[in-house]
Amino acid sequence: MATVSELQNIASQVRRDIVRMVNGCASGHPGGSLGCTDLMTALYFDVLDIKPENFTFEGKGEDMFFLSNGHISPVWYSVLSRRGFFPISELATFRKLGTRLQGHPTPHSHLPGVRVASGSLGQGLSVGVGAAQAKKLNGCNHLVYTLHGDGELQEGQIWEAAMYASSNKVDNIISIVDYNKVQIDGTTDQICSLGDLAAKFLAFGWDVMEMNGNDMEEVLRGLAKAKTMTNKGKPVVILMHTLMGYGVDFMQGTNKWHGQAPSNDQTKEALSQLKETLGDY
Amino acid sequence: MKKYTILGNNDTRSGFGEGLIEAGRKNSNVVALCADLTESVKMTAFKKEFPERFFQTGIAEANMIGLAAGMALSGKIPFASSFAAFATGRVYDQIRQAVAYSNTNVKICASHAGLTLGEDGATHQILEDLGLMRMMPNMIVINPCDFNQTKQATLAIAEYEGPVYLRFGRPKVPIFISEDTPFEIGKAIMLNEGKDVTIIATGHLVWEAIVAGEMLAEQGIDAEIINIHTIKPLDNEAILKSVAKTGCVVSCEEHQYNGGLNDAVAQLLARNNPKPMEFIGVDDSFGESGTPDELMVKYGLKADNIVEAVKKAISRK
Repeated sequence: MATVSELQNIASQVRRDIVRMVNGCASGHPGGSLGCTDLMTALYFDVLDIKPENFTFEGKGEDMFFLSNGHISPVWYSVLSRRGFFPISELATFRKLGTRLQGHPTPHSHLPGVRVASGSLGQGLSVGVGAAQAKKLNGCNHLVYTLHGDGELQEGQIWEAAMYASSNKVDNIISIVDYNKVQIDGTTDQICSLGDLAAKFLAFGWDVMEMNGNDMEEVLRGLAKAKTMTNKGKPVVILMHTLMGYGVDFMQGTNKWHGQAPSNDQTKEALSQLKETLGDY
Repeated sequence: MKKYTILGNNDTRSGFGEGLIEAGRKNSNVVALCADLTESVKMTAFKKEFPERFFQTGIAEANMIGLAAGMALSGKIPFASSFAAFATGRVYDQIRQAVAYSNTNVKICASHAGLTLGEDGATHQILEDLGLMRMMPNMIVINPCDFNQTKQATLAIAEYEGPVYLRFGRPKVPIFISEDTPFEIGKAIMLNEGKDVTIIATGHLVWEAIVAGEMLAEQGIDAEIINIHTIKPLDNEAILKSVAKTGCVVSCEEHQYNGGLNDAVAQLLARNNPKPMEFIGVDDSFGESGTPDELMVKYGLKADNIVEAVKKAISRK
């Protein structure tokens, strides 16, 4: 068990990795990555029961994680490497020719930690629910976790999967929505309002909880609580309130940095706000 | 011309159903997914025998493909089935990302393909599916020709590790492939050796090719007939060897000219040994309502169309 301050230190380094990775290839998605850093750090360094040194697709006797909003690959890659799935130095290859760290994650490039491709949005919940049902068939009582963007919930397939999961009592899955209320073209309210999201999931038969995703203590408490809600006949969703771009003041709370890489000067400015705790790659 | 006896009449989808249940008995990892078409795609027996391994998704094909990918990751061998129109075009992106690109061990099993779906009309009669699936890297594409071959193909793909598209149909058609004919993914079956023309056929058109071969024999034309059940990977060797001998080819499928077996054969010949080639297929058109046989006649997919095409191909030698 990592302490809160240890996790906060890791998160700070992960945020540095994100900024440096997208700057290094002058492309990629820093906004959602920064917003989900606290969650991803908590998952990979505290919550998930996983074996980084011996990654398997089947994940037997382990928790499984699926990233549905694949564009926030920088945060996933950073956390995976820092947790020991592959060498940290490989982060420098992000989005470059020949890399295993493709713009959007894929098992095609044989990167340990990644089980299925994502990038085309709205598919990860179906995959996670399928994996959760297979876990039950296999007699494995570990959990499946999925992470989704909120804009992604505009895809119809999400709601197909949501309806199916409750209809089939898939109660060994915790799905987390990065509820930052921002998407590429603007706020979700401007683009296509999600309405009352909690009510929607409740109506689809899910157990719903909310938490602040940019407060490490609350993230840990929230994930622990969500775990107690599993295996009770319903799938569990966490509406995780975050700020897109959290941790870098000029990137926070705007759609501008959804898929925009910072310049060298902006990178310098961003890094000055993020403590180097574990050593840059 | 070798004599082929009709051993019975049955639909290829029932061959799938029988193969699936046998595969399920052999391997407890085999699971089945269906989007509200259990009886139509012949999964009823599997559902009855293995209720815990049968997943009813409701009318939600995109979710079905994702579920199948997730199950495959956890070591299951999912057979996901719907009508071909809804198992391919409707879910192209799901197949592309979660199955083909992710190389998950998912079997997409598509029934009611082609014109022979009949009365439902063009919304349901997909004639583009082979092309769609053949373009996808990592994807194996199989279109068996009768009940027995469909059953064999179903058993074979359960053993194969990786994404597969298996296409079959609705109407009862002649059974002529014996149960003991070996089936190997990617391996063509020589139905009749001949010297004047190579007829290459897949799916429901294989029987038409045999009938055409008999008609041609009566007119003194000696046709070599090859059954291609696996469109990808194509058995290049068998086709090139045959065409080198006969010097012309007619390729037959219940599909658009574009994208399917005909394109695959044309590409192979263009790159290796260009020879006169004629196509039996649908020429850039949607289908329509009608009985399967009426539609096969109207769209030129019958034995006499093949005979005509053979004569044209031979005349161009």
